[in-house]
Amino acid sequence: MEIPLIVGGGLIVIGVGIGIGQIGKGAMEAIGRQPDASGKIQVAALILAALVEGIGFAALFAL
Amino acid sequence: MKHIRFFIIFFTLFSLSLHATDGFKKTEEKGDIKSEIKKYIKHHLKDSHSFYLTSFTNDETGKKTYVEIPMPVILYDNGFKFFMSSDFKHGKEVVVDNESFYRMNYDNNKIYKTDSQGSINVSEEGKILNEKPLDFSITKNIATILLVSVLMFFLFTSLAKSYKTNNGVSKGVGRFFEPIILYIRDDIAIPNIGLKKYKNYMSFLLTVFFFVWFLNMLGLTPLGVNVTGNIAVTFSLALLTFLITNLTANKNYWGHIFWMPGVPVLIKIVLAPIEFLGVFIKPFSLLIRLYANIQAGHIVLYSLIGLMFIFKAWIGSSLSFFLAFFIAIIEILVALLQAYIFTMLSALYFGFAVEDHSEAH
Repeated sequence: MEIPLIVGGGLIVIGVGIGIGQIGKGAMEAIGRQPDASGKIQVAALILAALVEGIGFAALFAL
Repeated sequence: MKHIRFFIIFFTLFSLSLHATDGFKKTEEKGDIKSEIKKYIKHHLKDSHSFYLTSFTNDETGKKTYVEIPMPVILYDNGFKFFMSSDFKHGKEVVVDNESFYRMNYDNNKIYKTDSQGSINVSEEGKILNEKPLDFSITKNIATILLVSVLMFFLFTSLAKSYKTNNGVSKGVGRFFEPIILYIRDDIAIPNIGLKKYKNYMSFLLTVFFFVWFLNMLGLTPLGVNVTGNIAVTFSLALLTFLITNLTANKNYWGHIFWMPGVPVLIKIVLAPIEFLGVFIKPFSLLIRLYANIQAGHIVLYSLIGLMFIFKAWIGSSLSFFLAFFIAIIEILVALLQAYIFTMLSALYFGFAVEDHSEAH
């Protein structure tokens, strides 16, 4: 049985979703522990989310 | 005076929104609505030779009329050739210029050389075999880029002048832009590049931030421009980051790439090619990220609006409206976020290039 290509797209989105979710979780917990550093944590979380997302998009376009 | 100018800009943008939605409805009459919507979206994502506003079909004659702003076409084919894109009549007519014939293919908006009958030869794989002249036309994307550049030039030079006349206090639209500019300086440039050298890079960072932001926001207006969702535009922006990073880099930067200090020799040899590849991957990820984000946003918005024409019932319209509204609000956030990320990562790469390792490690 041949697996349709779009299944790969679904897998990519699941992977990117887990990745960004983990980053968000980490950022939230870090802000909870250190509310003073929330600015720095937000910036770092945004950059990391952008990196994960970039890989996801690259994979989706290579599909 | 200044307020009037801004009101005029906003009014023209919003009055255009009434026209632009009109063209969609006409697709209903034709057979397969899904492929029609797909074609419409694909057509929108590409650059075009005219500013399409609306179109309507005359009920009696069945003739379709297009309302649009034509753009100049500039071709190089044994000498420059100038004419307006309205001469193509949406790919239906052949343009004659000095005994050579040109025709626009409506599916991909490209201009091909052809004969007096306007025949276009297609190979078995669906590739068009006709010769293409060099195309320097002022297309929709180029016109928008020029417009934004002129707008930015006058906006920021007048802003700079207003500080002189007003004893260093911002006023008017400067009250909105001053915190953003200060944020880019204090929270993007200085922490990443360092106090000593950040000034050299500020002009590029500010320009790229506002350029990308304005173009992203223009893409959300019903003008239907898709400039930052064009891979050539993001490629040039990323190329600038790449060139500035590598041309201003100091010897520490190259040292870290080809001969990483502080690790055993064997690992140094393994690391060198990986780090060298990283030089190209960094700007490449910049270009793909911006392009894919904006492109994906446009596709999602158009598809959600297209739902209305697939369902043809009240549920489709309400669903489509709320989803499209929600996504449009997220897209406003994404427009700012992508401009921020592009600037932030550029600053980060510049920071790597000029990092001073005075302490041994």
